Amino acid sequence: MAFSQSLIEVDGCKVNLRRGGSGQPLLFLHGASGAPAVLPFMEKLAERFDVLVPEHPGYGLSDEPEWLENIHDVAYFYLDFLRSLRLDKVTLVGSSMGGWMAMEMAVRDTSRIGSLVLVAPAGIRAPGVEPADIFLLPPEEVVRRLFFDPKLAAARLAEPMTPEGLDMSLKNRHTTARLAWEPRLYDPNLAKWLHRIDVPVKIIWGKEDRILPAAFADHYRKLFPKADIEIVPDCGHLPHVERAERFCDSVVRFACK
Amino acid sequence: MPYAELDLEAGRKNGTVWVTLPNSNFDPQVGHRLYNRFLDELEYGEQLGFDVVAVNEHHQTAYGLMPSPIVTASALARRTTKAKIAILGSALPLRSHPLTIAEEHAMIDVISGGRLISGFVRGIGAEYHTFGVNPTFSHDRFHEAHDLIVRAWTEIGPFAFHGHHYNLQYVNLWPRPYQKPHPPIWIPSQGSKETIDWASHPDRKYTYLQTFSPSKVVARYLKMYRDTCAGYGYQAKDSQLGWSVPVYVSSSDSKAIEEARAHFEAFRNVFIRMPLEMLLPPGYTSRESLKNVMKAKAQMFGDVTIEQAIDLGLFVCGSAETVRRVFEGHWREMRFGNLLVSCQFGTLPADLTRRNMEMFAREVMPALKAL
Repeated sequence: MAFSQSLIEVDGCKVNLRRGGSGQPLLFLHGASGAPAVLPFMEKLAERFDVLVPEHPGYGLSDEPEWLENIHDVAYFYLDFLRSLRLDKVTLVGSSMGGWMAMEMAVRDTSRIGSLVLVAPAGIRAPGVEPADIFLLPPEEVVRRLFFDPKLAAARLAEPMTPEGLDMSLKNRHTTARLAWEPRLYDPNLAKWLHRIDVPVKIIWGKEDRILPAAFADHYRKLFPKADIEIVPDCGHLPHVERAERFCDSVVRFACK
Repeated sequence: MPYAELDLEAGRKNGTVWVTLPNSNFDPQVGHRLYNRFLDELEYGEQLGFDVVAVNEHHQTAYGLMPSPIVTASALARRTTKAKIAILGSALPLRSHPLTIAEEHAMIDVISGGRLISGFVRGIGAEYHTFGVNPTFSHDRFHEAHDLIVRAWTEIGPFAFHGHHYNLQYVNLWPRPYQKPHPPIWIPSQGSKETIDWASHPDRKYTYLQTFSPSKVVARYLKMYRDTCAGYGYQAKDSQLGWSVPVYVSSSDSKAIEEARAHFEAFRNVFIRMPLEMLLPPGYTSRESLKNVMKAKAQMFGDVTIEQAIDLGLFVCGSAETVRRVFEGHWREMRFGNLLVSCQFGTLPADLTRRNMEMFAREVMPALKAL
């Protein structure tokens, strides 16, 4: 499935958008390490959906707007993005930081959102569970912790770092810090408004997640009593990468029912 | 003001004495002895004729026992009578409210009868980890806090201050500072163009203090400061330039190296050491500066011997004659009006620290003051 790539301007900010497939719209919001390429799970989802994968403001090839100061700015930006592209009944899928953004959008306005898929989302603090310190761990160790299968981590670490790749990773890291340094990876005011989310919610978590441990899912069970929660065995922080087939099947079953 | 009796092996094993070294390594009994020893040494500095005694701020580390330099400076304000007291500096962005710094510095200035030199810093990268403050807002918070403090010191209140990070309906400082218009402001830095552009600006003309850097780097940044002033259309006074450097003086060059070796190398290779992610969190520096540090990583993060440090001019060590000659040479090149010498570093014990201070004060300082 071919993906097109273009710069879309919303709120004075150009974002790099990859888009492919046809069907109902599915907006994928990436996590802290960005979305620099079309991955197999995107291709697979594009068989059933019109898949949109933007690089967030401050990430990848997108602009770094002056107004970008916190996660709420991102939420308002993406609500404007949905309106600007006239997207409706969107399946909103967010991984990690992207899951946090998706929740921040949905507590504000679900009028263009059909359903919500949260993949090991950040954004909520769970008593007694600590995320890994992605800012203090050596970057190679963060990569190792992303995956359950060490071969996947080794393969990613073996990819040569180009000057452009280095610039992008420093840019992504900067924006992640801006949005999530303090409070660390959560918004203390988010949990109290989650009841406003009036669309079906699915939560997917890798059982062996060493960035945001799967114990977080127990807490989400209380916050989203009606949510469909799926724990994926032998899987780390990125179920859409590490268990792409299963992930896509789950999303299709959930969103197309 | 290090925790000089640190189990160095524990520090080495942990990879750093910052942020993550468990505070079980701190013994309050030892701490009691060390605080009083260091305060005695600072007071002794005045007796020996030093013009300034200086303290600094670092958090949650065995590197320095002064999370609040306000406490040490306050103690010195009452126990000294002539020397200036320099706080180098207070880490503005780390405070939830910078007005507390305006108040505390003003108190020390009034108590000491106008002997305070106020230093402002951003705090080092590690402190953004320990304090949780977002490093990507560090510059913004620093500038806004600075503006609030200087206005609080100089404007008659009450007035309102509406910033992006700090907001007050009533700024009305009691006490106002003793010195007019306010205590001198010094900006300690490890070297940054942005800092130099800001500190040297004609509205400020703050003294720029290059800290613990190879002498070539010191020369480069002090020249950059002078050039920037010239670019602003004025000539920098020597008093706007300063250099802060560890120093050790003994009876001969070889004796000095022999006595200082273990203590300096502990300072350089254990107390200062930290990983890149701790030193430079995202946004603390520009991404270009960060990339330059990443390139120089091997050199910056490896061990340095005392001989290498002396060669680099990172450390000035030797007989009184050697130390005098080295500083005279550097002064001719750089014309720094202020020289801050760290006479204690790392694990250097009390007896050697005192003798170092005495020899520097009696056999080196008079010649340098005469320059």
